[in-house]
Amino acid sequence: MATLNVNGKNLSVNGSDDMPILWALRDELNMTGTKFGCGMALCGACTVLLDGTPIRSCVTPVSVAKGKKITTVEALTSSPAGKAVQKAWRELDVVQCGYCQSGQMMSATALLTSNPHPTDADIDAAMSGNVCRCATYVRIRAAIHEAGKTL
Amino acid sequence: MNKFLKLFPGRSPVHAGKKAEIVNLSTNLQRRRFMQGVGGLTLGVGLSPLLGTPRALAAGKAEAFAPNAFLRIGADGVVTVISKHLEMGQGAYTGMATLVAEELDADWSRVRVEGAPANTKLYANLAFGAQGTGGSTAIANSFEQMRRAGATARAMLVAAAAQKWNVPADSLTISNGVVTHAASGRKAGFGELAQAAAKLPVPADVKLKTPDQYKLIGKQKLPRQDTAGKTDGTAIFTQDFKLPGMLVAVVAHPPRFGAKVKSFDAAKAKAIPGVVAVVPIEGTPHSMAGVAVLAKNTWVARQGRDALQVQWDETRAYAKGSEQILAQYREALKQPGLMARKDGDIARGLAQPAKLIEAEYSVPFLAHAAMEPMNCLVKLGNGECEIWNGEQWQTVDQARVAGLLGIPPEKVKLNQLYAGGSFGRRANPQSDYLLEAVQIAQGAKKQNINAPVKMVWTREDDMRGGYYRPIFLHQMKLALDASGRPQALHVRMAGQSIMKGIGFDIMIKDGVDVTSVEGMANLPYDIPNLQVELHTPEDVGVPIQWFRSVGSTQNGFAGEGIIDEAAVLAGKDPVAFRRDLLSHHARHRGVLELAAAKAEWDKPLAPGKAGAATGERRGRGVAVHEAFGSFVAQVAEVTVAADGTYKVDRIVCAVDCGVAVNPDVIRAQMEGGIGYGLSLALSGAITVKDGVVEQSNFHDYTVLRINQMPKIEVYIVPSTEKPTGVGEPGTPPTAPAVVNALFQATGKRIRTLPIGDKVV
Repeated sequence: MATLNVNGKNLSVNGSDDMPILWALRDELNMTGTKFGCGMALCGACTVLLDGTPIRSCVTPVSVAKGKKITTVEALTSSPAGKAVQKAWRELDVVQCGYCQSGQMMSATALLTSNPHPTDADIDAAMSGNVCRCATYVRIRAAIHEAGKTL
Repeated sequence: MNKFLKLFPGRSPVHAGKKAEIVNLSTNLQRRRFMQGVGGLTLGVGLSPLLGTPRALAAGKAEAFAPNAFLRIGADGVVTVISKHLEMGQGAYTGMATLVAEELDADWSRVRVEGAPANTKLYANLAFGAQGTGGSTAIANSFEQMRRAGATARAMLVAAAAQKWNVPADSLTISNGVVTHAASGRKAGFGELAQAAAKLPVPADVKLKTPDQYKLIGKQKLPRQDTAGKTDGTAIFTQDFKLPGMLVAVVAHPPRFGAKVKSFDAAKAKAIPGVVAVVPIEGTPHSMAGVAVLAKNTWVARQGRDALQVQWDETRAYAKGSEQILAQYREALKQPGLMARKDGDIARGLAQPAKLIEAEYSVPFLAHAAMEPMNCLVKLGNGECEIWNGEQWQTVDQARVAGLLGIPPEKVKLNQLYAGGSFGRRANPQSDYLLEAVQIAQGAKKQNINAPVKMVWTREDDMRGGYYRPIFLHQMKLALDASGRPQALHVRMAGQSIMKGIGFDIMIKDGVDVTSVEGMANLPYDIPNLQVELHTPEDVGVPIQWFRSVGSTQNGFAGEGIIDEAAVLAGKDPVAFRRDLLSHHARHRGVLELAAAKAEWDKPLAPGKAGAATGERRGRGVAVHEAFGSFVAQVAEVTVAADGTYKVDRIVCAVDCGVAVNPDVIRAQMEGGIGYGLSLALSGAITVKDGVVEQSNFHDYTVLRINQMPKIEVYIVPSTEKPTGVGEPGTPPTAPAVVNALFQATGKRIRTLPIGDKVV
């Protein structure tokens, strides 16, 4: 039994410490906004913030999160950057199937928190770990620039 | 070509030596009904005004007004549109809602969408005669039906208000969800009128708006219906759906297609805390065999799966590889194939060419690789079965699951959820992953486990699970006359049939699977002697399936490649060359000219940042293709560095899809279709060696990432033609446009996909 701090709340998780955070969130804590895509940190669908840093929760064991704060898409709007990201994503209708978008928005939030006015190259560097098979990349880029304008 | 055939994609024999018979279904009467449904597809091009009977009102929703199967209006005034089409990213929910809300004059902010349950009678795709989403048909087949559904409700709301206020119906107007009587100033929202409207007779015929009256159709930026839930984590996909007591199943699959379980040792798996059961599954002629581990959560189930030791019986497994398949096709192409098109006299046309091109094009297997790996939640009851799924082909899935369980199809209840992408995969004509999930639940039941079971494939299961876009090989000869005009084009092509042997014989014309040759057999260019022949090998045991844009993925590449080669050999401008050969195809010409104009084709391409002195070269290429009744042209611009690495900088796209119902969705689909096409052009390849799929995850099946995405501009041709699809047609022109651009930059002609990291 481990305790995770998720979106500001301390929550108990059944299961072993080596279970990836992804499955603790999805299967034990019933927070299904964070998605399973590859299980190998290759696609970014599972991206959450750990003390503000984007991590791939599919390969990060629960034990790593001890004493740290996890932020998931369910609390996306708890930060100014996250709020701006969600607003821009909605205004530009970025989503298609939507499955990867939680991860995309978490990565974008982390980027804008540290760098509110990123260049295209900054966006490439921060976002190329997040795959979108619908290839919504044109709008992801535009939405990040758009969100940056309000920060 | 038969109109329906263009609308409808297809599939193949599953495992070697075991042709997927629909015979299983033939054992019960339902099969006949199903086949009638499929047979009805050809008749389905004419729109039926059938809207279904009014829905039984759900308990607790007694106030709801539900004049037909496609919408209901609550006392709160909220309009709920029931979408017969799956939302897998292509905007179907938004499209259905737009059509209904347009005729209803609803307030868009108060319109919601729900996925329809399985019910072929109510929710058939009018292009198929079966319930399903695909072939870029959602808007095309619903355009009249959904508008009629909305107009019917509108007429009843107006009648209710007229009755209430005792005024003539024609003195009332509706705008933005409010009925107004201008003379008296009285107003009522839909919610206030719903109860009274529900008591009125459903009018037999209603008048639809004329295009000049449209307020929502054609509106540049109508917000998508599914954006809110997909940007706050609340949208529910199959992966997310849970039932109390549910178990998760992760499956050990055989390394080769067609293998069976010989024996297995589950001791280590069972020793893992949380593992509940180990269930071997036999497989079916349509789905894989394997051993499933059931556990309380996905992680434990996966640990259990990985701890299994399974011996496989590979007696009937397919053990060849991609290279042998290509060699086999090359051998086959030495002989004439089945005739898919025959214009003029090919022998005479090729007899004395001023110039001749001989070229071989090939494309590999491709995995759809939707972001959500295949999964399915099954709850077995007594003589019934309930399934939760991002459901793309209800009629087929219902019939196949019913066949496996020996129950009537109507006892298979399908609940619709969002699909995390599909690109065709979830419309599996064998229902492969559903059958696997049902077989696991059956096996669990035998062990007295009656919990609902959610089967979850890992990425590796998904990528190695087959049902790929088939390998295709094209050998072509093109003859030019002295003026540089094509006199003859002879195409011989080989590839597995998607449609053969699975009950979709309607898609086979004189032995030719229409989906194999679509985009080639209907090549639009004026070439007097044009012959297309097809070889359809039946002994390749790699399961294949339709993939976004189906036959046009290979034929757009080969066709637009060879025509570009001809332009070069003739010494003509690639746009002008095509335009001259499209004299009978105004819509092809329209998108070609629009894309060329917007890309400023007539001006020289600006040099790149590094400059020619560094060895950097730039190039521009064009392609135009018709798929699913829509016409798309693309101009690609590339930069190639001295070392041969390259970048696609910009793609200018023009699309003619008839009436543009949701322009922003159309733009999104062109952007996404281009990205999907670019992914397969640059690096997409599944290769099989000794029967084993060599790729397993996104490190070795690399897909397009944001840093590779070019700038994209999309232009929509204004049109009053009937609307056609946009989910697929954006994909086919991308690979040839890029390859043609790389030729312009380097002089190197690429005839095999993927292109890879470098042009050398």
